[in-house]
Amino acid sequence: MGGEQAGKTGAEDWLEIGGRRFRSRFILGSGKFSLEMTRAVLENAGAEMATLAVRRANVGGEENILDYMPPGITLLPNTSGARTAEEALRIARLAREIGCGDFVKIEVVRDTKYLLPDNYETARATEMAAREGFIALPYMYPDLSAARDMAQAGAAAIMPLGAPIGSNQGLLTREFIRILVEEIDLPIIVDAGIGRPSQACEAMEIGAAAVMANTAIATAGDAAVMACAFKSAIEAGRLAWLAGPGRVLERRAEAASPLTGFLR
Amino acid sequence: MLVNGQEKKLQTPATLMEFLRAEGYGPERVAVERNGAIVPRPDYDAVRLAEGDELEIVCFVGGG
Repeated sequence: MGGEQAGKTGAEDWLEIGGRRFRSRFILGSGKFSLEMTRAVLENAGAEMATLAVRRANVGGEENILDYMPPGITLLPNTSGARTAEEALRIARLAREIGCGDFVKIEVVRDTKYLLPDNYETARATEMAAREGFIALPYMYPDLSAARDMAQAGAAAIMPLGAPIGSNQGLLTREFIRILVEEIDLPIIVDAGIGRPSQACEAMEIGAAAVMANTAIATAGDAAVMACAFKSAIEAGRLAWLAGPGRVLERRAEAASPLTGFLR
Repeated sequence: MLVNGQEKKLQTPATLMEFLRAEGYGPERVAVERNGAIVPRPDYDAVRLAEGDELEIVCFVGGG
């Protein structure tokens, strides 16, 4: 890994998904904000990709969230509300028809209490979407077999959850995300459950390609400032991963100062 | 007609584009399913709505 990472600390460290290159590794969810706050948060986050949901339109020319998206941002519509692969595909097609590209976050959830994704239906939906030319990013429970199925099905990245969505509980699935980073040859984007910048930083330190957050920002005392904090944390964690963390001594100490030349 | 699950009387014969404009939907910001099939935006002017049509009109909203 060290060799692969070497030299990527500077200008050439890009996140590549579906043939598109991103400098930012902070993907922002746009839920739970006012439209004005959405814009402020996206700008402070330096985000180059933001998720959206598809819902029935209301009558009347009310303001549209697309008018608050910074120019050039990649939109990642989600399939929230889908309980089966077929429903997810239907939402993906509608999202594409609105006309903002081929990216889609595949989200299939049947559990109503913990809102945990259904990996089986998600893998099926990923396959169906990829076959139709979508750049499919499945949101999933971090299970290695399921991630392999999704990669095989044509996923452009894998989005394992850190904790139940909207919970701000942090990186509860850390060791399993580590396995995905090691075993899956796609960007691993930790999505859901990340509550604090330190947790986002840790996800990046263990090799996540990006972090997605929404509720952590939206429920912060000052959402715009918290977006800045996450941005810094994600950048720091990325650099730490590229640098390669120092080793841990289990049972002894090691002086950092020289052990020679003491004053006598 | 049934529009987003609500009964809606079709006032006059209208194209989908005319209906969207009359109802205040922004045609550039929505996607439309008519009787279960997506209508591509270039066809909005050509599609004539009929009594009994079921429309789903969707747009983007904030979401994670």
